[in-house]
Amino acid sequence: MVDESVRSPAAATDAASSRGAQLLDVERVSKRFVTSEGVITAVEDVSFSIAPGEFVSIIGPSGCGKSTLFNIVGGLVGDYEGRVTVAGDVVRGTHAAIGMVFQEESTFPWRTVVENVAFPLEVVGMAKDARLERAEHFVAMVGLRGFERRFPTELSGGMRQRVALARTLASEPRILLMDEPFAALDEQTRLLLGDRVLQIQQTLKQTTLLITHNLTEAVQLSDRVLVMTYRPGRLKRLVDIHLPHPRDSEVVSSDAFGRYVAEIWHDLREEASRGIRDDESRVLEGRAKR
Amino acid sequence: MSKAPLREWMASRVGARSIGIATVAALIGLVELAIRAGIVNRFIVPLPSEIIVAIPRIIVEENVLHRFWQTAQELLWASLLLAGAGIPLGALLHRFRIVRLACETWVGALASAPIVLMYPLFLVIFGRSATTIVMIGFAAGLAPVILKTLEGLSGTRQVLLNVGRSFKLTNSQQFWKILLPAALPAVFVGLKLGLIFAMINIVGVEFLINFGGLGQLINELAERYDLPGTYGAICFVILTSIVFFDTTERLERFLRPGE
Repeated sequence: MVDESVRSPAAATDAASSRGAQLLDVERVSKRFVTSEGVITAVEDVSFSIAPGEFVSIIGPSGCGKSTLFNIVGGLVGDYEGRVTVAGDVVRGTHAAIGMVFQEESTFPWRTVVENVAFPLEVVGMAKDARLERAEHFVAMVGLRGFERRFPTELSGGMRQRVALARTLASEPRILLMDEPFAALDEQTRLLLGDRVLQIQQTLKQTTLLITHNLTEAVQLSDRVLVMTYRPGRLKRLVDIHLPHPRDSEVVSSDAFGRYVAEIWHDLREEASRGIRDDESRVLEGRAKR
Repeated sequence: MSKAPLREWMASRVGARSIGIATVAALIGLVELAIRAGIVNRFIVPLPSEIIVAIPRIIVEENVLHRFWQTAQELLWASLLLAGAGIPLGALLHRFRIVRLACETWVGALASAPIVLMYPLFLVIFGRSATTIVMIGFAAGLAPVILKTLEGLSGTRQVLLNVGRSFKLTNSQQFWKILLPAALPAVFVGLKLGLIFAMINIVGVEFLINFGGLGQLINELAERYDLPGTYGAICFVILTSIVFFDTTERLERFLRPGE
């Protein structure tokens, strides 16, 4: 089952295109940074597409350019080669159709939960009563009913990330872009929040691109997993996840889940090892120079 | 009271304030004892009990409440000017890198300049009036407000700015809805520092130019060698500071809840 669903990036992109209209298209994207140590290619020739309602994860070792790709797709980084389009509209700068959830804690500490969630509605000028009512709907959706008037400092890390998720959902983006939103949380909380994300995704049919380094999270949540190489970040392999829907965290105990994890880890291990070797040699070089 | 409730009470706002007042009372008691025991010369530091007795006297005979109000008004105007000019100037330095590179060092130098010594120049410009006192207070407190505003705005976490960018905020929305609220704790530290510098200079200039307020009263009482009265007037200077600090903290909690 797993072997059939594992494909090369080129074949997978062709297959995705043949599925019909894509909502997000990333075409031959490369990004180079000029540093004191020379030019570093963070991402090279990355192409993939996401269909409406699809949940796709990008997984790779530290330093593979996942966050750079997140920033490119989100429009936070310009000056790259290639093209990113949303329903055919080229992304230049941030795009109203893309909502972003960040890895770092990003709630506004001076606003209550409901005021945080109402933020994007306030920005577009929605009347106060209407936006608070709408925000309360999304607060409930992420399971924080009863915490509307609390401030972020009164919440746990997982609850704050749910506030950030609700805030992004309140802007009703066509594509939800998440950069390791649960990276700072413990494994149990992460699994349970994964359930919540799946419920929301299934309710809203929300097209989602998740950047993660967590294998379990990627397989638990995704319809497809894109594996990246260590620097420069290229797409190494695409894995279709044929686990049944609706899904919840119970799926992690199934044999199929274990096989997907093992298959992806097989590819990832090689890249992660390269990353560690590269880090070690850089430390040694630095020491030798000193 | 068992240990746990006592610890809870000490951690509460009322408990903390009570401990603060008790500590001050204990220190005053220690000074009283030190003077009575001859450790501290009573011709330099009067007995705290004498100062307490002198306070009603200076209220009645020296019109201290009116002078307190005069100094407080000067400090209020200086602090309004500090907020009105210092915060926009800090924002300007943050917005334009070239202005920041050109001016930041000079603003830092201004913070350590003995502005009070320039009072003759201010007298020439503004005359022997409350305006001179307010302007010296303002000039003395300006640098910390500018520098801390700049620090607060520059220290805003990039992820919060990215949230604003992801929601396509305009520059103006980015400033008013994210940058400024995020910078408020640092801005208020700057305002409090500015208030301290302004207060010192306002009382100092009142003393020097012998014009109104608590500074003039301290000068007069010191010249009469009325030490309990002098220290009583200094207590009113401290009271002015407490009132302004407390107001500033309340304003900060109002503008930046959730801390």
